[in-house]
Parts: sequence; C-alpha cells; structure tokens
Amino acid sequence: MTELVDEAITRAHRSEWARVVASLARRFGDLDVAEEAAAEAFATAVERWPRDGVPPNPGAWLTTTGARKAIDRLRRESHRDEKHQEAALLYDEPPEPLGAVDDDRLRLVFTCCHPALSSDARVALTLRMVGGLTVPEIARAFLVQEVAMGQRITRAKAKIKAAHIPYRVPLTEDLPGRLDAVLTVLFLVFNEGYLATGAGTDPVRADLTAEAIRLARLVHELMPDDGEVTGLLALMLLTEARRAARVSATGELITLDEQDRGAWDRALIEEGHALVRSRLAAVAAGGPPPGRYQLLAAVNAVHTDGRDARDTDWSQVVALYDRLVRLDPSPVVALNRAVAVAEVDGPDVALALIDRLPLDGYHAFHAARADLLRRLGRSGEARLAYDRAVALAGNTAEAAYLSRRRGQLRSAGGT
Amino acid sequence: MPRYLMSVYGPAVRNQFGDYPDKESMLQAFKDTGAFNDKLVADGYFVFADGLEQVSTATVVDGRGAEPVLTDGPYLEAKEHLGGFWVIDAPDLDVALRLAAEGSKACRGKVEVRPFQTEESFKALLES
Repeated sequence: MTELVDEAITRAHRSEWARVVASLARRFGDLDVAEEAAAEAFATAVERWPRDGVPPNPGAWLTTTGARKAIDRLRRESHRDEKHQEAALLYDEPPEPLGAVDDDRLRLVFTCCHPALSSDARVALTLRMVGGLTVPEIARAFLVQEVAMGQRITRAKAKIKAAHIPYRVPLTEDLPGRLDAVLTVLFLVFNEGYLATGAGTDPVRADLTAEAIRLARLVHELMPDDGEVTGLLALMLLTEARRAARVSATGELITLDEQDRGAWDRALIEEGHALVRSRLAAVAAGGPPPGRYQLLAAVNAVHTDGRDARDTDWSQVVALYDRLVRLDPSPVVALNRAVAVAEVDGPDVALALIDRLPLDGYHAFHAARADLLRRLGRSGEARLAYDRAVALAGNTAEAAYLSRRRGQLRSAGGT
Repeated sequence: MPRYLMSVYGPAVRNQFGDYPDKESMLQAFKDTGAFNDKLVADGYFVFADGLEQVSTATVVDGRGAEPVLTDGPYLEAKEHLGGFWVIDAPDLDVALRLAAEGSKACRGKVEVRPFQTEESFKALLES
C-alpha cells in the first residue's frame, strides 16, 4: 500500500510538476510563489496521501492545494498590491479549460529559456521549474556548490520579476529565435548527460539524458508541428538508443563501428526513425527546409539504419553534412563532415580538410586527426595527436579509449 | 506600466564628430535616432531621451561630510561611458528589448536595458 502511494507520488511529480507550477505561475504572476507553492503541495501530498488515499485526479488536487498555499503566502505578504491579491484570491479553481493548461507549460518553458537570462541560468531554471529537479540535484548535475546553484536560480527568478520578463509564448515573429534558445537548453542538458565532463563523474549520466528527453517530449507534445522540435527529439532518441553499447564494462568509450548493435534500444530507434520519416514527408510536402536538429537526426538515422557498421551509407552522411555546413559554417560542423568524408574519399582527403580548421583547443579535433594519421600509417604524428586529445578530453570514457588507441600504435617507423 | 532606462555607452574621448567616424555618418545617426524618438512618442513609449556631453565635463560631488568635496571627472574611470539615454514605458521586457534593438541600430551603439524599481519592489524593500 505504502509502496503504491509512493509510486503514485513519484508518478504525479514526473507528470504533474510542470503543469502545477505553470498554472500557478500564470494565476499568481510570480514564478517564485508558484515554485514554492508547488513544492509545498507535493510535500502535503507526501504527508496526506498515505493516510487519506491517492485522490482520483492527482493533478487537480495538487494544483488546488498549491493555489491555497500560494494564497496563504500572499496573505502573509502585505506589500503586494491589493488588486493583485484580489485577483489571486477571487477564484478557488482555475477557470481555464484544459487546453489552456498546456499553453501554461509552454509559457513556463519560454520564460525559463528567455534570452535575457544567462545560459547557465536558463538551464538551471528549466530543470527546476519545468523538470521539477531539486536544487541539490541540479547542483550535483553541474558540479556546482548547492548554495551557488540556489543563488543562480534565485537571481534568475528575481530578474524575471524585476525586469518584467513576460510569462507568455513569444509572438510569431520572435518564435524561431526564442524556440532555438529553448532547444539549445534541452540539448545542453542532454549533452552534459551524454558526454559528462569531470574526473569524478560517470562517463554517461543517464539521469540527465532521460531528463532532457522528457523535456523534449513535453515541448514536442506542445508544439507537434515544429520540425526542429521533432528533429531534436529524434536526435536525442537515436543517440540515447545506443547508450548501453557506448561504454564498455571497463568504462571505455566504444566507437560506433565497434558497438554491439544488438545492445541498442530498438524501441527508441524505431521511434526516432518514425520521427525522422515524418519530417522527411513534411519537407517533401512543401514544408520549411530542415534545420540543424533535423539534419543531425537524419545523420543519426543513417548511422542506426544498417545491421552492420559496414552498411552505413556514408555518402548520405556527407550529403547531410553538406547541408548542415550551409546552415552553420562553424569549424565543428566542418570537422564532423570531414570525418564522414574520410569514409567516402579516404583519410588523406579528410586530413587535408581537418588540418585547415582552427580547433586546436578541441579534443575531438585531435582525436579525429589522430585516427586519420593512424590510418595513413603516420604513427609518430598520430601519437602526438592522441596525446593532445587525451589531455583535452573531459570525459573519462573517451580519455580511456584514446589512451588505448595510442597504445596500439605501431612503435616502429613513426612516419 | 514598467519603466526602463535604455543607456547608450560610447568612448570616453570623442572626436570632432562625437562617437562617429565622419560628419556624414554622424548626421545620418542623428536623423535615424530622431526618427526613432518620434516613433517612441507616437507609439506612447516615450518618457524622456537626451544625449550627454563628453565624460570629461563631469564633476563628482561628495556631500556626505561637513563640506562638499568636488572631484573633476567621472565617478568611475573607464574606457567607455554613458553617452545618452532613453527612459521608456513598456508593457514588458520583450517590448523594451525590441525597442532597444531599434534604438541601437538608429544611434549605432550598444544599449543597456535596465528596469526601474516599481512601487511593489520598493514596498518590499521598505518591509524587508
């Protein structure tokens, strides 16, 4: 019985937190009030549900309880202007139809990812307000002191309030840029999980990748027709699907060509492929051309298509990167394109492309060079490149893989 | 309605054309800024706007002691200083940021947007 109640609370937290915070934030016009009241509502549930039973509609119960908590707080704070108080006290039930509640969550996402906030603050605020992670959890995720993380979130909420950052979905003309900011936050969370940095952390942080996917699913549910939202979700699913096969039992990175494809998560791959296919169909039907997340998702769809790494359609991958380079001419994209070019035109062609890139401080640049030099039999240069890559790699599994590769270089020759 | 200060920063030392490379671009910037100001007035955002003399004309006054102490020059030494500003009323930060982007383009400078204290935030301060 207690276990069932615990499970119901956990489930409610996962599925209702954002909804409760979002609807309280709209009703009371204050993120801080909304967050605190939502937290109190869940604490009350932990206390009451084991005794009184799980309510038939947990979400509605939590929202109503949260609203009462917020009203209690506003009553205590006399400085709030009267109109504000009246508005808050007038209704005991949210008067909006159910459809508007979804819009609330979207408002919450856009507010937390507002471009007037620093990138760090956007990530932290989104995980707290939308994801429902606690401050200590977020602090651990980003290797920041709890106090510092708490201050970061408090400062961000204070700026939203003092600068009057609006609580709404941006106007159509601002939407592409603002949505891009939201997707960047989600992708940052995902990547921090997928290529976790820091010597003391696990090489893959499944909690963070799962959270990023959960948030991406939410945004996709709220904006199902947006191609880039779909693309980002597909990209995450197709990457997450390979997670179990990506790090060996000894904590070493396993590259795509050496992964056990039987260990991939077929359900995630099928879901990801279906999303990519839906975008291909939408673009073919005259929709807007694919953006970077759709193109990256398509690249990952190609990588997860064959039964064997040797079946990979590399010319398709190069073609997708060609389109990506046109959208984003950054050297990192050019580096990834060059890695694909090596499979089509050979390592010498790819090396010539890579050597031109201004990426000396980036571990992946040296790792890619090292691999190409190795394949060209230039062991001495490869060794130096592996050294640089290992020194710069922040991920323990990647460093272990690169060190092993370096050790396997033929010691003789050196040319 | 929330009120915002939109400040424009420029070099501490100006040339004969203010912050602009030549007379032609100076006149064009003045013209564009004037048009932007007219639009602020027409759309009901305008509260006040003006440009400041070069920072070397500033005097700092410390009146906390028995006699005021005067110091020639700006309060803070810096390479860039406040050169002019707008005060606008806007419904929220999104509107203020959009106006700041237009103002920045018109006057050819970076614009800092900063909210004024409100009655509510001031009351909270009194009760803290």
